[in-house]
Amino acid sequence: MKQKRKKVNYSKWGYIFILPFFISFFIFSLIPLIDTIRYSFFEYYRSGLKEIGPNFVGMENYVSLLKSDMLKYAANTLILWVIGFIPQIVIALLLASWFVDVRLKIRGQQFFKVVIYLPNLIMASAFAMLFFALFSNKGPINSILLSIGLTKEPIDFMRSAFGTRTLVGVMNFLMWFGNSTIMLMAAIMGISPDIFEASEIDGCNSVQRFFRITLPMIRPILAYTLITAIIGGLQMFDVPQILTNGQGSPDRTSTTLIMFLNNHLKSKNYGMAGALSVYLFIVSGILCFIVYRITNDNDDDGSKAAARKRKKAERR
Amino acid sequence: MKKKLVSSLLAVSMLAAALTGCSGGNDASNNASNNAADAPASNTADAPADNTADVSADNTAAENTAPEGQVINIYSFNDELRNRITAVYPEIESTSEDGTSSTLKDGTEIRWIINPNQDGVYQDKLDEALTAQMTASDNDKVDIFAAELDYIVKYTDADIDAAMTLESLGINPDTDLADQYDFTKTVGSDQNGVQRGTTWQACPGVLVYRRDIAKEVFGTDDPAEIGKKTSDWETMKATAEELKAKGYYAFSSYADTFRTYSNNMAQEWVTAEDPTTVKVDQILMDWVTDSKEWLDAGYFDPTVKGQWNSDWFTAMSSSSKVFAFLFPAWGIDTQMVPNWDGEDGAWAVTNAPLSFNWGGTFVLAATGTDNPQHVKDIIMALTADKDNLTKISKEYSEFTNAQSVMDAAASDDAFGSAFLGGQNPYGYFSDSLASIKMAPLSAYDQGCVELIQNSFSDYFQGQVDFDKAKENFETAIKERYPEITEVQWPE
Repeated sequence: MKQKRKKVNYSKWGYIFILPFFISFFIFSLIPLIDTIRYSFFEYYRSGLKEIGPNFVGMENYVSLLKSDMLKYAANTLILWVIGFIPQIVIALLLASWFVDVRLKIRGQQFFKVVIYLPNLIMASAFAMLFFALFSNKGPINSILLSIGLTKEPIDFMRSAFGTRTLVGVMNFLMWFGNSTIMLMAAIMGISPDIFEASEIDGCNSVQRFFRITLPMIRPILAYTLITAIIGGLQMFDVPQILTNGQGSPDRTSTTLIMFLNNHLKSKNYGMAGALSVYLFIVSGILCFIVYRITNDNDDDGSKAAARKRKKAERR
Repeated sequence: MKKKLVSSLLAVSMLAAALTGCSGGNDASNNASNNAADAPASNTADAPADNTADVSADNTAAENTAPEGQVINIYSFNDELRNRITAVYPEIESTSEDGTSSTLKDGTEIRWIINPNQDGVYQDKLDEALTAQMTASDNDKVDIFAAELDYIVKYTDADIDAAMTLESLGINPDTDLADQYDFTKTVGSDQNGVQRGTTWQACPGVLVYRRDIAKEVFGTDDPAEIGKKTSDWETMKATAEELKAKGYYAFSSYADTFRTYSNNMAQEWVTAEDPTTVKVDQILMDWVTDSKEWLDAGYFDPTVKGQWNSDWFTAMSSSSKVFAFLFPAWGIDTQMVPNWDGEDGAWAVTNAPLSFNWGGTFVLAATGTDNPQHVKDIIMALTADKDNLTKISKEYSEFTNAQSVMDAAASDDAFGSAFLGGQNPYGYFSDSLASIKMAPLSAYDQGCVELIQNSFSDYFQGQVDFDKAKENFETAIKERYPEITEVQWPE
């Protein structure tokens, strides 16, 4: 009896505790996911209150999507993302290395950390509405420009593709640079101070220190930030949707993939929307796989090549 | 053993927390489901008593053998319908402060379910409720719903039968609604000509102009004199030129003039014979050419792009240089009054260059309603009762759907509008209405109207050329309506 007691397997409690997650995942994520894939092979939409389908059409939805402007919207998404991401990562790196630099001794660090993170707490849609109001033809930005005499006519910011895309980029930058800063700060603080000290003794200046030590040492986290940002960028929706009132104007140059998806969902076109989702799923799946490989690598450097090299060195 | 108990308790409480987390912060739905759960219990106790009271009080109810439900669900896209019904339906005893429910004298509850029109939210919610109508419990069934002119065809379709015919409700359109304008009856009818929806308003459009600008530019602000200057598009153009010379704009944007054109289309966007083709009417191409010409000539305010945005609202304020707006009665009441920041009496009404009807809220009884008697009473009180319609016209300056009342109103000073400085606009409304050629409607109107304005907006602003704008419209319309495969442009 006593012997048996010792062999009691407590692992079942582990399963019971994680059960709620799996149940809700199964009901709210997995079933809809499989349904989406299933419906992507069907013609299935609503015309008024009439339901058309589901009729099996094979790969037709996928083919007609490729024939549509989908790739143009993918390019739009990429452009919008790049406009926001480049300043985001540059500023984040700069701020992160300043904040953790012991020599600079920046005061009120906590305060600044909170402030730069704040924009991320605002809902993207509210943020977009705010920008829409600020930059509208009769909005405060134009009033200021007019009253200090920089322009004679109000500037129509959202008239050109350049203006609209820049506004979207600026918003994404403002919303996400705080988040990246904090993530990169954590990464930099993870670097052993010995290395920094050693470099200083060797007469390293701050630029060298940044490019030769900080940057290589945080490469895995940097790659992680990059990939998650791409996945987030793929899903870009609320900012351009609200800013352009769902039109992606002008000339659909700020229509992102998810806005395209949303257009199909207006007619409850589950077939076409499903096919588009599957495309997106595949792309993000590949990206996730890359992240997985990077984060599971034990090597500090993050690259497989370096890991192999080191192994070789060990064998010798 | 004890450990087991504690851990299982923990597991249960975690599960419970996870589940409540899903609905947390959503008090409304919680309450609703609580109410729904409560209702059956009280049903058994109250229903028999209520019924007998009903029958003895109301003799007409005798023909109605089925007992009436406890809850009337009314779906609408803004608080307009609620305000009108609470203003005229005498059975309403009280309305809750947040406006989500009202109680009738016989204890029946009205639930007001309001979702905004924007982005199709209202129609999404309504469609969901209507598709679940047959399986829904009595208290959750839709009883009355509102539909705008732009999408009413979707709900009056006889094959779908989402809305009851007025006859099956016990309303005879020929006798009970004899005083209504004929075109509102046509609009509320299905493809077989059977009327399913009705309305309390008609929406003939007029031209609303700024008196101070008129005085400065034309030397007079008399509606009759100004009316001569806005009588048709040719004259209007000369007038616009005069306004421009003094630094004013005739209208705020190309979207403002759209309805005068679109309401005069010769055929519907999508005809029954050819259900997969959108046919663009010649008159809309006229709108495109005219709008481009007017915008380039500087007759529109270039900073206003379309409607329902803050620039458009600012164009109605005293700082704006816009001379006139084209609006039906509801536009003056719901758009101009809140956006105007000056004294009353600054605006006046005169005839528009082309007669048009813009919008209109129709009320329909949902098939499967469990309160047919109440629904009938409400619809009758709202749309067929002369006294009530007079009241609505006086209180809300609406052009109501009662010919005799409106004819009398044109010459009755009591109907003068405070916002218009006491001017009585009903004469102009009636004149406009008399010459309205109501464009035939299709179920695709809302999408077509919205998308053609959006697509050509880029063209007006010089972002794309004409052919690209056409192409963008085709792409957008096929996206919105997957069954559309072709777009035909006029030669």
